[in-house]
Parts: sequence; structure tokens; C-alpha cells
Amino acid sequence: MSISIRHITKRFDDFVALDDVSVDVAKGSLTALLGPSGSGKSTLLRIVAGLETADGGAVFIDEQDVTGRPPQKRGVGFVFQHYAAFKHMTVHDNVAFGLAIRKRPKAQIAERVNQLLRLVQLEGLAKRYPSQLSGGQRQRMGLARALAIDPAVLLLDEPFGALDARVRAELRDWLRRLHDETHTTTVIVTHDQEEAMEVADQVAVMSEGRIEQVGSPREVYEQPANEFVMTFVGQAHRLGDTFVRPHDLEVTLEPNGSTREVMIDRIVHFGFDVRLDLVDGDGERLSVQTTRDQAELLELGSGQIVYVRPTRATTFA
Amino acid sequence: MTTFLLVIVVLPIAAVIWKSTGNGWAGFWEVVSSPQAVAALKLTLVISTLAVLTTAVFGTVIAWVLVRDSFRGKSVVNAIIDLPFALPTIVAGLVIMALYGPRTPLDVTIGSFHVDADVTFTRGAIYVALLFVTLPFVVRTVQPVLIELDRELEDAAKSLGAGGFTTFRRIVLPAILPGILSGVAMAFARAVGEIGAIVLIAGNLPFKTEVASIHLFYRIEQDPEGSAAIAVVLLAISFGVLLGIGGLRWFVTRHERG
Amino acid sequence: MGRLSLRVVALGYLTLILIGPLAMMVWRTAEDLDGAWAAITDPDTVAAFELTLKVAAIAVAVNTVFGIVCALVIVRGNIRGRGLLNAFIDLPLALSPVIVGFALIALYGVNGWFGWFQRNGFEILFATPGIVLATIFVTLPFVAREVVPTLREIGTEQEQAAQTLGASGWQTFWRITLPSIRWAVVYGVVLTTARAIGEFGAVALVSGNIAGQTQTATLRVEDAYQFAYGNYAPAYGISFVLAATAILILVLMIVLQPKGTRH
Repeated sequence: MSISIRHITKRFDDFVALDDVSVDVAKGSLTALLGPSGSGKSTLLRIVAGLETADGGAVFIDEQDVTGRPPQKRGVGFVFQHYAAFKHMTVHDNVAFGLAIRKRPKAQIAERVNQLLRLVQLEGLAKRYPSQLSGGQRQRMGLARALAIDPAVLLLDEPFGALDARVRAELRDWLRRLHDETHTTTVIVTHDQEEAMEVADQVAVMSEGRIEQVGSPREVYEQPANEFVMTFVGQAHRLGDTFVRPHDLEVTLEPNGSTREVMIDRIVHFGFDVRLDLVDGDGERLSVQTTRDQAELLELGSGQIVYVRPTRATTFA
Repeated sequence: MTTFLLVIVVLPIAAVIWKSTGNGWAGFWEVVSSPQAVAALKLTLVISTLAVLTTAVFGTVIAWVLVRDSFRGKSVVNAIIDLPFALPTIVAGLVIMALYGPRTPLDVTIGSFHVDADVTFTRGAIYVALLFVTLPFVVRTVQPVLIELDRELEDAAKSLGAGGFTTFRRIVLPAILPGILSGVAMAFARAVGEIGAIVLIAGNLPFKTEVASIHLFYRIEQDPEGSAAIAVVLLAISFGVLLGIGGLRWFVTRHERG
Repeated sequence: MGRLSLRVVALGYLTLILIGPLAMMVWRTAEDLDGAWAAITDPDTVAAFELTLKVAAIAVAVNTVFGIVCALVIVRGNIRGRGLLNAFIDLPLALSPVIVGFALIALYGVNGWFGWFQRNGFEILFATPGIVLATIFVTLPFVAREVVPTLREIGTEQEQAAQTLGASGWQTFWRITLPSIRWAVVYGVVLTTARAIGEFGAVALVSGNIAGQTQTATLRVEDAYQFAYGNYAPAYGISFVLAATAILILVLMIVLQPKGTRH
């Protein structure tokens, strides 16, 4: 089921949360709404779910205008950042909720719940209460619960934001694999650029209520539409009018035409990657990302004077 | 819906206020300034204030002991604090009478030293009754604040050289003051309106031990409009106190707001 | 001040004001158990207990619904004036019971705003309905006051989740909202019951105090004392029953407290 968002605007008193936002989500794809806090991404997601109403514009799910419909009637599965677990119900009852509401026969519900619990790897925990689960387990329960109703689209609002780094990485990976299996049209909201890149087919970068760019993770990284996208997705240094990525800076021991003279302030080793923290003549700071081998080849050390030049640079009109 | 709910709550008050206008301003003033009414109101205010201040002090001490101290039976003591909440007021009156009434066992004479705890028909009776009834208010509002209080603040003060009492005065007291004030406000409103606990033990002697609520009680049969006037004054006092203490709380907590 | 001396002060005060009198009252009751028992089993007393329980049950039922609705409006409502409602809901707590009784007379008495009822045979005052109304009013805030902070703390996420899963408003309320506030409601009910049983001043004014008919348990205690003629056993006996009930309620309060209430 495709999602079509057309010219959505939303205001909270004086604050413009969304300003004429339009974006399409292809059926079966996983799209990330990526942006800093306040960019409007959660608001947009909630408008798609029907948990907020837009001031203007329309939302289409599977080519039907659902703008006026309440959340109950949209067939969306929603996963909340803080799980929204039904604390007074067991894991089984949580997952079964959507089906119980629809008055499905008990046996059918039990079967589907067990199937889903297996899918999210929570089998055996059916009789537990949410308070007895870890954060990661609660979120997987939240996913199972949302999937139980066979939603047309799956919406995730910073689903891993409340979890610690390792669990986040695991669930990210797991979500992608789940999507590859189920092919449910999915939209995930995140402020974590790495997460978006790893998980999504399509990334919509948002800032201050507007969509800055929509494209594949690669497109958004290598062909950023503007300064914001370039500096938000990955790192970038501003050199005059151009922007350069740290790994697009070449380091040489001798000056060569358009190089700049810099001094190495500090060399940080991240295992395979090496980051050179540099200072130029004006006191401006710069960093270069290179490999351990490269650094060893050039015999780089702290305090050394070297020369840098961009191998690839981007300018925005 | 909100209006409907508001009406349910406010309607009775409106009716009382309306009734008080039955005799016009002159009538209103005449009733309110009648000697007996004035005496009753004065008595109510003075004794309520005394009782509430006493409760504030001892209530805070009790709250402190319950939170910071530990001894056998502490949980039972903690539980009993709520008794005045749960007990019918008339029973509270009788309970106080048992120890401070005509047949009190506390009637001893040792040489020229005489102690007789019988306070029936005296103002002392009202005082004790109000102490009983207002006890939970301060204790229960101060306890949670004390529990939340970060011990590290006191440790910091001590490491900087502050003695026990100074630490209490300058660190703890300011922090629990809002709690004490809340308790005092509710306790005062309760004390001013109390009838059940007082009616048996005080004897309700006009000008001596008749509190405003009892004066009002007996007056209603004979003089509805006049009684309404007194009721309005009591209402005004309650509101005044609530607003006043609310304002004081707001002032005291001004540093905690952004 | 030393820890020990503070403890002594606190416990000493409590003994003087609370524990001592209570113990004394139990002692007095024990002194004349026969007299007490006779009073407790007297038909008028039994009628008084029945009336008190009946009135309390009605007040609890009404105020539970009222309290939950109020709490929902205060915490989740979108209308202006809910802040006002939150402030005003505490009103009955600040009012003297005598004023409450008086207000009811002003409203429902023969000359009152709704005096039509009294004048035409639908007796409100000096009959059970008046007592019920008085008790409902004084116990108004308890359930709401307990539910409001709990509702606030829970937040709306669970309900939103239920909505996305297809639950209608009513289903959401029954299956999600209500269960999540149940302990607050129960605690509020316990407080309401205690207050309803204990009400005196307002009921004294509106009931007419007719033994066997419109006399509640608390009114009966006062009656037994005023007309004791030296024999205080009945007053103490009935008080003892009420006090025992109060202690039972106290125990309930303690048991329920840890389950997510404010104290």
C-alpha cells in the first residue's frame, strides 16, 4: 500500500511544524524520515496515522484519501518510542488486542499471536507483563502488536530511541530483515542518520517543517541537494564556498598547487579508521578521515605540517 | 460538560450567597456584627490559628521522625496518622472526651500540684479537638517532600561547616516550606469549618465556647437570611485563606520555576 | 536536636493527642460491654447503621462515576475551564459541613430555588434524599483527586496505541483507560466511603434526625450522648463500632497505598 502525502501544513499556535510537505512512499518500501528535533518528522508521521490532524493538505493510503478518517479506520500499525505497552495486560493480550477488538475467534487469535511472537523472538514470554520485559523486548512486542492487525502501512516513531546502543544496533538490523520478509510499506522516523542509512530504501531529509531532499541513502549522501542535507547526513567541512567530506581530503607531505597548509593537532585511532585533527594558519579546525595504512605510509605524527586538498567538493548555488 | 460539572459544584454556594442578600446590605451587616456572631467568629479564628500553628510545628516534627528515623512499630505509627481522616468527626469528639472529658483518669493531685485534664466546656476543648482533626494534614503534605529531599544537599551544607540546626533552618526548612504551607491551608480550612468533633466537648456556650459553625447551626432554624450572612463570612474566610496561602506557596516556590 | 529527643517529642505528642484518647475510648467501651451491646443491637441503632451504609453506597457509586468523568475532563479535555474545574473540585473539602447543609436547605427547602419538590410531596429535606445529597456533595472530590495525577502520569500513549489498533472510543475507555486507573479509583472509593460514613454536620441539618428513619449512625452517637443521663455506654458502644469500621478502612488504605497512589 503506497502512501502519498500532499501539501501537508500544520501549525501549533505560532509555531509552523509542517510547511507544505509532500512526499511519496512506494508500496513495499522502507522510508526513513530523517531530521533533527523540531524538524516536524514525528508530527508528519502522526498525521499519516491520524493521531494528529493537519491544517491543510491530504494523505492518501493506497490511493484512497484518508485525510478525514480517524486512526481506527486507516489500517496503520504504529510503534511508539516509549512502547505504549498496555501495562495491565500480558504480552499475549497486548499482541492480541487489535484482533480481540475485531472479535476474531479465540483460537484464531491464539494462533496468530504465537506466530507473531515467534517472528519477533518473544515466544515463551506470552504470559509475562511488560514490566517484566527489557526495553528491547517491549519494543519487539510493540511491533508484533502492530503487525497483528495486518496493517496496510507500518509507522515507527523513533522506535529505538529509548534503547541503549547495542540493543539499538541489533534491532535495526532485525527490522531490516523483518521488512525484507514481510514487505509491509514502512515509514520510520529517526534523528539518527546512521540508522536511516542502514535501514531505509529511501530517505526523506527534513528540517524546520520542510522536506529538504528525498532519495536513496546513497543519493542523499553523495548528491546532497543543499547545505543542510550535506552537513546533516554525514560530516562536511566548509572551505570557503565549497563543502568537503572528511574522507574526500587528500593528505600530502609536500605542497601541490591548490593544497592548504595545516598542522596535525591530534591523531585519533579508531581501529581501522584514523582521524586527523588539523589546524590551519588562521586557527581554523579541520578533520580528515583516512585509513591506518595511509597514516602509516605517510608516517604522520602529531605536530607535523602537512598539506590537504579536496578530491571531491560540492558547491551549492 | 465542564460547565455542567462546574455548576454542580458551584450551585450550592451560589444559593447560600443569594440567600444572604435577602435582607440587603443593612441586614447582612446587622447580623454579622451582632455580638454573639462576632464572638463566635473571633473564637473560631483565634483557636483555629493557634491549633493550626501547633499542628504545623508538631506535624513537621512527626513527619521528620517518620521519614528519617526508624524504630519498632514505626509503620503502625505511620498508619495511625490517617485515623482522623477516617474517623467520623463525632466519634473523634467522643474519643477526645474519653481522655479529656469529665471522667478523665488524668485527674491527679500531688501535694499542691494539681492536674485535671477535663476540658469540657472550655476553650481548651476546642483546641484539643482541632489538634486531633488537623493532625494528618500537615504530616501528609510534608512527608512526600521530605522523602524527595536530596540528602546530598544536607551533606554539602555539613561539609561546608553548618551544624545540625543551621542545616535544618537554611537547607531543609526552605525546601519543605511549600509542603507545610499546603498542609496549613487545608488544616485551617478544615478547622474553621469543624463541627462534629467540637459539638459534644465544647458545650457551645455563647460567647465562651461557641464556634462559628455551631452558632450557624443553631441559627439556621430561626433566621435563614441572617445565617446566610454568617455563612458567607465563613466562606470568605475559607477562600481568603486558601488564596492567601496559595499565593504564599507560589511566592516561596518562585525559584523552582524556570 | 538529637534524634532521640525528636522521637520522644513526636511520639509524646501523638500519645497525648491521638493514641491516648483512642485507647481511653476503647477502655470506656469495655467498662460496660452489656450496655454497649444493648445499644448496638437496639432496632433504632440498627436502622441507623443501615441508613448510613445505604447512603454511603449511593454516594460512592455516584461519586465514582463523577470523579472519573471529572478527572478525564480535567486531564484530557480540550475545553477551556478545565483548570477552573480542577481548582473548584476541592471546594467541598474547604467548606464547613454546616455550610453544605445550609446550602441544601437554601436549594431544596420550602422557600428554596428548587423548593417545588418539597412543597409538592417529593420530600428531599428531612428525608433520605436530602441525606444522600449532602453526603454526595461532601465526598465529591475524593475519587477525582486520586485519579487526576494517575491519569496525568500515564499519559495518552496507550490510548493512542489502542486507537491505531482499531479500538473505538468506548472500547479504548473500557479496556485501556479504566484498567490503568483502577487502583487510584479504588483508593478514592475507600476515602469516599470513610468520609460518607463519618459525615455529621451537613446531615445533622438536613435530616430532621428522626430516630429509626432519618437518623444516621453519626447522628445517633450525638443523640446517645446528649440524652445519656449519665449512661454513656450507648454512645461509646456505637462509637466503637464506627471507630472499628474506620480502622478497617485505615487498614485498607495502607494495603492499597503502594499500588501507585500519590502519598
